[in-house]
Amino acid sequence: MAARRRISMAELPAALAADRDAAFPHLVRALIDGVYSGALRLTGSRADAEDVAQEAFLRAYRALGTYEAARIRELRLREWVWAIAANLCRNRARSARRHPEEALPAEAPVPDTAPGPEAEAVAAVENQVLAEQLARLPWAQRSAVVLRHVTGLPYAEIAASLGRPVGTVKADVHRGLQQLSTLLEEAR
Amino acid sequence: MSDIPARLAALREAAPAHLVPEVLARTGLADHYALLASPLGPVFVAFTKRGVSLVDLADDPSRFQAAYRDRFGREVVPAEALPTRLEAAVDRALGAGRTRGVPVDLSGLSEFQAAVLHLAAEIPVGEVRPYGWVAREIGRPGSDRAVGNALAANPVPLVVPCHRVVRADGRFGRYSLGADANKRRLLEAEGLAVADYEALAARGVRYLGSDSTGIYCHPTCRHARQITQAHRVEFPSSAEAARAGYRPCRDCRPMAA
Repeated sequence: MAARRRISMAELPAALAADRDAAFPHLVRALIDGVYSGALRLTGSRADAEDVAQEAFLRAYRALGTYEAARIRELRLREWVWAIAANLCRNRARSARRHPEEALPAEAPVPDTAPGPEAEAVAAVENQVLAEQLARLPWAQRSAVVLRHVTGLPYAEIAASLGRPVGTVKADVHRGLQQLSTLLEEAR
Repeated sequence: MSDIPARLAALREAAPAHLVPEVLARTGLADHYALLASPLGPVFVAFTKRGVSLVDLADDPSRFQAAYRDRFGREVVPAEALPTRLEAAVDRALGAGRTRGVPVDLSGLSEFQAAVLHLAAEIPVGEVRPYGWVAREIGRPGSDRAVGNALAANPVPLVVPCHRVVRADGRFGRYSLGADANKRRLLEAEGLAVADYEALAARGVRYLGSDSTGIYCHPTCRHARQITQAHRVEFPSSAEAARAGYRPCRDCRPMAA
């Protein structure tokens, strides 16, 4: 029966090169939460975040079918998938600005710990406010801040994903956090 | 506001549970399932490119999906209906019990299990055969117990009618889809005269012969059902039938002595 063993991120490029169909589900499961969460904060909509995640993995799957095994073994998978996803998010963000539609529904993300209902409600409101202000940052800052602090990517991977030098990304994150702080103060 | 990075990290959340299966379905790496009616009520019927891969009583969809993942290591996502190439065959199996030739995907099973299930699918609607008969038909005489295990682990009940294989003593034995009693229910619904069959088996009758043709059959074989009372001869074993000069039916193929 199909292998149920977990494959680590480090083993994945070789596994994908050897058997794309067997290894691809492991790639999706390893990256889906990060891609979805990042896309959610970059597009501002759950439906868009799902679309972006689906489309990004679909494109990745098709691309893998056209690559030589040697090229697949060298892939830095997370930044490679994120390069596709970030591009899709940017296009969505652009067209959303032209055709503004639904705002993000005010449901709270599920917290890791389970605080009381009251604390949960407070956290939900705070998250909502934070997400709203985050959405007001210019793309360069927002993308860097989200990939760094929501998705948790290292700077080198963010740089590769967004196609910007590491120094620029660091500056974007720094300025983005400052700007966010100002916006949150104003929103109080 | 110095804790903004920590607050941003809290915006990370798990993707909705349906997202991974959907992504994999779009790449062709996940299978599908549909909700269909059956004689035992609604069932989930999962299928691959090859055919039906898993059938279970419809309950909690997420439990079915988890069971599928555990068994096959693949995701399964809901579909509106069966693909047209499967639809007629599965309808025929679930609706009329005509299970012969329904495409099934038994690729995860051993050769022995697959042989047992393919043979079981050939047993006509409303008829039953003993475990030992299946063992002999697949060329593994004496493997009755292994046949029983293979049928108990049948991933596609109803589509492969494991309920048509019963104990040699006439009792119906165990059934894996819901309760054991479902086996009897299914056979009754298929038109088997369950009480008559049980009474016959209880008297030690294993085969019925016709003294006008000189042929003997399994009691539920369609030819046996046509024997009139006046010409009906009962046999406790194929050895007895052979001694009386009878030959086995070519359709239900009773075990030779």
